[in-house]
Order: sequence, then C-alpha cells, then structure tokens
Amino acid sequence: MDIAPTRRLTRLRAPWPGLGFLLLGVPTCLLYCAYLTAFGLVGIGLGVLLVPPLTIAVRGLTDVYRRRISAVTGTEIERPYLPDVPGEPIHRRFIRLLQDPATWRDLLWMAADPIVVLFTAALPGLLIIEGVWGWLLAGFAGDLLTQYGGNDWYLFIHVTDGFGDDPTQRIGTAALGTVLIALGFAFGPALLRAYGRWGAALLGPTEASKLKLRVRHLTESRSDAVDASAAELRRIERDLHDGAQARLVAMGMSLGAIEHLLDKDPEKARLLLARARESSAQALAELRDLVRGIHPPVLADRGVADAVRALALDHPLAVEVTADLPGRPGAPVESAAYFAVAEILTNAAKHSGASRVWIDLRHAGGALRISVTDDGRGGASLDGGTGLRGIERRIGAFDGVLALNSPPGGPTVVTLELPCGLNALA
Amino acid sequence: MRVVLAEDLALLREGLVSLLEAHGCTILAAVDNGPSLLKALVEHRPDVAVVDVRLPPSFTDEGLQAALEARRRVPGLPVLVLSQYVEQLYARELLADGTGAVGYLLKDRVFDAAQFVDAVRRVAGGGTVMDPEVIARLVARGTRDTPVARLTPRELEVLELMAQGRSNAAIAQQLVVTERAVAKHTANIFGKLGLAVSDDDNRRVLAVLAYLNR
Repeated sequence: MDIAPTRRLTRLRAPWPGLGFLLLGVPTCLLYCAYLTAFGLVGIGLGVLLVPPLTIAVRGLTDVYRRRISAVTGTEIERPYLPDVPGEPIHRRFIRLLQDPATWRDLLWMAADPIVVLFTAALPGLLIIEGVWGWLLAGFAGDLLTQYGGNDWYLFIHVTDGFGDDPTQRIGTAALGTVLIALGFAFGPALLRAYGRWGAALLGPTEASKLKLRVRHLTESRSDAVDASAAELRRIERDLHDGAQARLVAMGMSLGAIEHLLDKDPEKARLLLARARESSAQALAELRDLVRGIHPPVLADRGVADAVRALALDHPLAVEVTADLPGRPGAPVESAAYFAVAEILTNAAKHSGASRVWIDLRHAGGALRISVTDDGRGGASLDGGTGLRGIERRIGAFDGVLALNSPPGGPTVVTLELPCGLNALA
Repeated sequence: MRVVLAEDLALLREGLVSLLEAHGCTILAAVDNGPSLLKALVEHRPDVAVVDVRLPPSFTDEGLQAALEARRRVPGLPVLVLSQYVEQLYARELLADGTGAVGYLLKDRVFDAAQFVDAVRRVAGGGTVMDPEVIARLVARGTRDTPVARLTPRELEVLELMAQGRSNAAIAQQLVVTERAVAKHTANIFGKLGLAVSDDDNRRVLAVLAYLNR
C-alpha cells in the first residue's frame, strides 16, 4: 500500500496497467469464442450442459478484471451476480444464469473490451512504446533497417534509403517519438480513469441487481436477527425461571416457616432467617449476571468505548484500548458492537495464545470501525468454531461487516465495521 | 457521623436511613437525584456521603459523577458508592485522585448491617473500602506473569483482605492467625511487589490498589 502517490508518480505509473489489460484480452477472446460455441450447441441440448460451467469461468475472468481495475484505478467494482441457489437441477441453473442480466453484460464486455482497451487504458502504453521505437529508429535501428533494404513508415516519415543522410528526418523521427512519449504520460491517468468508469459501467451491478442483492441480504439478516433475539428471550426466560424465581419461591417458603417457628423455636427461626438471607443474596447475584448479559451497566451509562474499556480491565490478557468517538452510536449498534468485541476477546483468551491485545474504536466514513489485534499464533478462521460467524450474523442485522486477517504466526486482526450515525454526547 | 444519602428507590432509601440512624448516624439529607446530591454535598460538607451509582434524571452513572464532582470541589470529601454492579472502571475513577476516603460496595453488602456500618465508618475516617469482588477480580487479573503470581495462596488471601481496607488486627481475626503472622505476610507481600512498606493503614491500601490497578 502506498500513501497518496505524488502526481508525477501517478503519471509515471498510469500507462502500464493498460498493457496488462490488453494482454488479458487474449484469454478473453478465446473464452468468448468458446462461449459462443456453447450457445450454438443449445439447440442440440449440449449447450445446456456447457453454458453453466463456462459462465462460471467467464465470471472468474471478469472477476480478474474487477480486481485489477479496482486495484489500479481506485474505482471499486462490486460483483453484480444474483446469488447462487444451491442444489438446483442443471436446466434450472441454465435458465437462472441466462436470466441474470449480469451474464449478458459480461458477454458484452468480452466482445467490446479488447477493442475499447486499445483506445483507453492501453493507449498511453502503446504510444510510449511507439515513441521509444522512434528514438531507436533515429538512433541506429533506421540505419540497420535501410542497410538491409527494408523500409518502415514512422507515422508519416518514410524510413527508407537515405534515411540516415537526412538529418531533418532523423531529428523529426526523434522529435515525433518524444511527442508520443509525452502524450502517453500526459494522458495516462485520465485514460486509465476512463477505463475504470467503463469497467464499472459494464462489470458493476446495475440498480436493479443492486436492489435484488440488497433485498436478499436484508431477508437473510432479518431472519438471523429474529432467530437470535428469539433464542435470547428463551434463554432469559429459562434463566429467570430456574434462577431468581425459584430462589424467591424458596425464600417465601422460608419466611412462612419462620413465622410459624418464631414463638415455638426461635433458635431454628434464626437459622432459617440466615438461609432466607442467603437465598436473597443468591437471587440478586443471578439477576445481576443476567442483566449484565442483556445490557451491561457501563454500556448503558457511558457507551461503547467505556464499556469496552471495562471489558479490558476484567480481561486476563493485557488489553490496550484506544477510542476516538466524538459521540455515541444508537443503542442497538452499541450493544451489537460491544457483544462482538466481548466475543472476540473471549476467543483471543481461549484460542490465540496471545499475551497482548490492542483494541481501537473510531468513527469514520459514516461507520463505527473497531479493530481487535492480538499477538497470538494466528491461523484463526471464520469457521473454526470460534463464534466469529455468530458475530457476523449479529452485526449483519445492522449491515455490519467483519473481516478477519490471521496469518499463521500471527498477529490476528479482526475488524468490524458498523454503519451508523453518532449522537452528540450528553 | 453526619451522613448525606442519595438513593432513588424510596424503599431502599428509607431502609438505609433507618439502618444508619439505628447505628447512631445523623442523616443531614436523603436525596433522590444527581443535582440535589451535588448541592447537598457542597452545602452540608458531611462526614461521609453514601451514594447510589445510578440516579435520575439521566439514570446513568449520575451518582458517581456527582460524587466525583463534589470531591473535586471539596477535596477529600469521604464518599461511599453503592451499586447493583461493581465495575472496575468506576472503582478506578474513585481511586484516581489517590487521596483515599472512598468506598465502593455492592448493594448486597447492606444485608450485613454491622459490616456495612463499619465500612461507612472507615470511609469517614479517611480509609479506602473496596468490594471483595473488585479485589478478587483485580488479583485474578494480576496472576498472569506479574509479581502477584509469585505470592503464596496465604499471601494472596492477606493481600485481598488488605486491599479491602482491613487492618492487620481484622485480617488476623478473619484468617484465625496472630497479628504477628499477618505483619510478616504483609512485609513479604510488599517485598515481592516492590512496594514501600507503610504503617499507615490507608496509605498501605492505596499502594496495593494502585499496584493492582496498573
């Protein structure tokens, strides 16, 4: 990652990625031909078998384009495809793929891009190469060429017999080459940006597919959220029923017995009183733990930054918290963020073998961003039974995303992003 | 002892008032919200304030904030904070100015009236009283690769009681050993933790808490 390259550096770098896109045109053309052939075979049924795997291959190829374009132009291109339906029969799959407008836009891309790239991203690179060729001609290649009776047109300068004897031609060629190189570097960034826009227009999601994807995501995250809160309510109900409620019943019974014993056997009454007091203390302790599990007091009092600090204080590892939150996110987001961090910290203590943890909370770009870094052994995965999937689902209800970076040997970095506003601090 | 009390639940407020009065305290004011508490504290300058953490109007840590603000205006004003939960973060904030005369207890400790009143007296006398739960968690956290890990189980017990603000005599009574033995343990503990030994009970408590709170 480079930090804000200078304008000169941008100019120097811009002409070259386009040549890569130009080369990528070769497999693109081949795949395009194969694809058209497969479509041609739909009539005899073979195409129905061939089109789906080829479509997947095409998507792999356009993904390469998307990644490269995102990387070199800074224009983020999302995948536009409608989600897969697992386990559907092949002909349904064939129809579904053909109904996805992104499939046809990919096809258009494959047909048009090898030509478009020539006039956009690849043009500066080609100009510079041509310019360098001009210099070489002016330097020695022109002499060599004419010596062996060859000839060449350099734009409008005919490189032929006597090229070397005419200094104006030689100088002209060099000058032309210089102009071409200058043009290449001058228009490089602009043409690369134009190519980025072209890529985004064709390879990115359309409004309609964006909405479809969004609806699907919302449906999923809503059902996750509903399930999670139903499970949570069941847990709370059970805990209350088996804990505090039962203890209060026992206390009531003890008090009733004490009433009877007060005159007859004060000694025994005293014993029962002590037991009743113990019951009430235990009921309190259980209620306390329960409430803490629902909504920790520090979170309610002070917000997510201080609540995470309080977590850090209670944690067995050395946890360092830095926070830069000028306000408080809404209560539901705060709560989701807090429990996510709590879960990640529990993981770090259990699985990572870390001794230090760093937590950073900030609000940037309209989202609450939290990163949790530990110096453990790394190698964590989302599906390693670490509950990270659960966190993902939990914050998914708020359109939050979780990213895990955990190379073997560490450090492990878990990043959470929850889109939210901030309420001014009271 | 002249006491100012802040608790928003009427039932509990009455209970605390009668409990403290039964043990010979004078209640100067019993209030139910943050702003009145601050006013009462600055106005009456009580020997000790007994404060619930969560108070109206905001129902957040209003009581704690009012108590801290009062201590900023009246340095060393003795404050005993009561809470349904003990939070390390709040314990830290109470201890931050290092002058002592603070307490932080779970509300359940009121069940044992004698011990509770003893805590109020110790805070009024400039001592520091921390809930056993706070100390237990601090010690538990400190037992990884720190000098605390080098303490014997017996020394850990003494450390916890010491951090709660008990005197050597009280610790001896609790652990059923002689005071001489306790003195020896404390000397060992201070040696292992690299703290300067002090005869003053309260300074000793603060040193231990500061150490555990790093």
